Amino acid sequence: MTRAAPKRLEMIGVQKRFGATHALRGVSFEVGPSEIHTLIGENGAGKSTLMKVLSGVHAPDEGRILLDGKAFKPSNPHHARLAGIAMIYQELNLAPDLSIVENITLGDEPGRWGWRDTKKQRSSALEALEKLDHASLPLDKPVRQLSIAEQQIVEIARALIRQPKVLIMDEPTSSLTQVDVQNLFRVIGLLRDSGVSVVYISHFLEECQQISDRFTVLRDGASVGTGDMKQVELQDIIRMMVGREMRDIYPRRQHTIGDPLLELDKLAGKRKPRSVTIQLRKGEIYGIAGLVGAGRTETLRACFGLDRVASGRIAIHGKENTHAIPRQRLDQGIGLLSENRKEEGLLLNRDLADNLTLTRFSAFARMGFIPRSIQLKTAQKWIDKLKVKTRSPSQSISELSGGNQQKIAIGRLLHHDAEIFLLDEPTRGIDIGSKAQIYSLISELAIQGKAILFVSSYLPELLGICDTIGVMYRGEIKASRPASEWTEHNLISVAVGQSEDQTAPATHGQC
Amino acid sequence: MASAKDSSVQFNWKQFLNAFGPLFGLMLVIALFSLSPELRPVFFTGGNAKLILTQTVIVATGALGMTLIIVSGGIDLSAGSVVALSSVVAGNLLIQDFHPATAILLTILAGGCIGAINGSIIAGFRMVPFIVTLGMMGIARGAAKWMANNQTVNPEENPLNRIMEPVNPLALWPLPLGVWITMILALLMIVVMKYSVFGRYVFAIGSNEDTARLCGIRVRFNKIMIYTLAGFFFGLAGLMQYSRLTQGDPTVAIGLELEIIAAVVIGGASLSGGSGSISGTILGALIMGVLKSGSSQMNWPTYMQEIIIGIVIILAVGLDKWRHGRQT
Repeated sequence: MTRAAPKRLEMIGVQKRFGATHALRGVSFEVGPSEIHTLIGENGAGKSTLMKVLSGVHAPDEGRILLDGKAFKPSNPHHARLAGIAMIYQELNLAPDLSIVENITLGDEPGRWGWRDTKKQRSSALEALEKLDHASLPLDKPVRQLSIAEQQIVEIARALIRQPKVLIMDEPTSSLTQVDVQNLFRVIGLLRDSGVSVVYISHFLEECQQISDRFTVLRDGASVGTGDMKQVELQDIIRMMVGREMRDIYPRRQHTIGDPLLELDKLAGKRKPRSVTIQLRKGEIYGIAGLVGAGRTETLRACFGLDRVASGRIAIHGKENTHAIPRQRLDQGIGLLSENRKEEGLLLNRDLADNLTLTRFSAFARMGFIPRSIQLKTAQKWIDKLKVKTRSPSQSISELSGGNQQKIAIGRLLHHDAEIFLLDEPTRGIDIGSKAQIYSLISELAIQGKAILFVSSYLPELLGICDTIGVMYRGEIKASRPASEWTEHNLISVAVGQSEDQTAPATHGQC
Repeated sequence: MASAKDSSVQFNWKQFLNAFGPLFGLMLVIALFSLSPELRPVFFTGGNAKLILTQTVIVATGALGMTLIIVSGGIDLSAGSVVALSSVVAGNLLIQDFHPATAILLTILAGGCIGAINGSIIAGFRMVPFIVTLGMMGIARGAAKWMANNQTVNPEENPLNRIMEPVNPLALWPLPLGVWITMILALLMIVVMKYSVFGRYVFAIGSNEDTARLCGIRVRFNKIMIYTLAGFFFGLAGLMQYSRLTQGDPTVAIGLELEIIAAVVIGGASLSGGSGSISGTILGALIMGVLKSGSSQMNWPTYMQEIIIGIVIILAVGLDKWRHGRQT
């Protein structure tokens, strides 16, 4: 870290308004060369607007941006790219059917008169991958066949080919496994050492702490704190983010566990899972840990009847009922929260009321018709209960922030009056305030005697709210025991297929 | 009803455009024709209004069904062929001395059958609607020609011939029965689309099929229902087509499916599904009807009409895109 060196990028009092919304109310921060700088803030704090200003999508209303000491006013994203600002978005932007080489050089193909110079194309792609220490990737393979983590490396290599001065990464780890995250961090470290300034945006505070040199906290569109990462406690950052004390976001509230509601016995799907045995009891929060691709999502989908069950048994309330379609599962009181909020979980161009009540119109429908006023009233009830920030229940759900959208998706299960909740990554990509609210909602459900199957890649939350945790590895539950008997270290060991010390038998203890 | 609590200017403007965009389009088209002094006295007469309505009815009836399909994220290219087939079926039944009521019922059922076949193939084999209905377009057209022995079918004078008859061509009233039927069905469909569970499911499926499945909607069953119901409308449109010509004609309504789709799209529906409205569709059909009638009365050649309607389609969708672009 070179503090005395001239600043690579400076933002001074940047402001931006959209109509009545004051999205940025004065953001100032600076990034030096060879520095990893984390931007931290709740959803809606202004991070994405800030990034759009930097990458030339929006022009700031007030304030200045300096790049290498010179005023920087990008008129469009292309201009910003040429000036040396590279952006890696949360959703990968690759052409899945093109090869790694073609993707890395896409839009920048070396050549003449429209004919590409394949040799040069290859060598410059390879060069970029070498910088990332990933020259061993199969250069001619279509990107579609790579893992998400590898695709991300390709995406970074593509950014590198234009020799960026500043690389902005927006939530790069949200769909990566622990191992891949560590690998990515190594790559980011290499970039820093080669002189690139990295602006890193993430919700995972522990990650930010691990990787970054300096940080800036955004709240309500303004920068409220900045400093060296080494000299700050996480609690302080959280306090800056939310503007209030948030000592324990995991509510540990007493609830009693009763009879089994959902039993999976050696459940197997077509490809995944291979053999899952879980006993989910009334009032229990059962967490499923494991790497991405271990078959956790597929387990929930098979339970819910979205994927076919190849073998094994599912019993609900002690009665065997292995094969069913989602409608039947819903009628049995099972609700599934999809991990893919945007692609599967919600009807993005419909309003809140429809999204909330879709699975159970029968609550108010008369002879196949829906009295709109009652539908809106019902929706409003859930909106109030879940503290969703919205104008009215007839607002389109696409206008809401991620956290509020997720609350609506969960609200649908509540409206459905589900008894068994299958929650797939319910807190992914949402702000910390919404997270805390979802945790307390889940524990409230447990107190009411509902059963919750909770899939998550974020170990602290699993350890924080679950009664029991099972770890999946390659389509099987490898170990399952009370949460109090797990540590993060043990969970990771089992998830990556290593033996842990003193492996306990896969039985339930009483919590 | 929905009460927008917050009344920021932008919000209302958007809602306003969404609700009244096609209506403005219609008013604009009428206003343009009223600019011509020689057209004005002929154009604004009850008789002409009746003529336009009568000419629009077949497209509008088909478009009621097509709206369902397009909102659900599908498309039906066989609509024109089904109209021709149904007109032949109607003619054949009447020649064979079926009671008119029976003939009506069976003709509409014939359309429904084709729709059910389309829907079953699309839902059952998860095939792309474009391809399936493209195939059905040929099949239904061929079947129509086969059933009609490659010529028109001309039954004797019967009550069905009068569904579209303008009793008094010079006055607006009485409107032909067919116009009334379409108006009533349109009102019914507005209610179904807006307030019925089935209607919500159609929007849900078109908006995101995966979500619909996740929410326990029987997607396949509902798709079959959608195409079948649309088939009934195409069958009815065929019946009206028969009545208009008072003969079954296997070569009629070529390209009608595109006019029907255009009406739906001008009315604000998106071909990617999830949005659209019956009222918009009806206005879309009227816009095209007025354009056609106006330009033929201006003695513009048909190619002018075709060019104008083409421009209107692109404009309508472009405006829609622009409007939605502003929202986000």
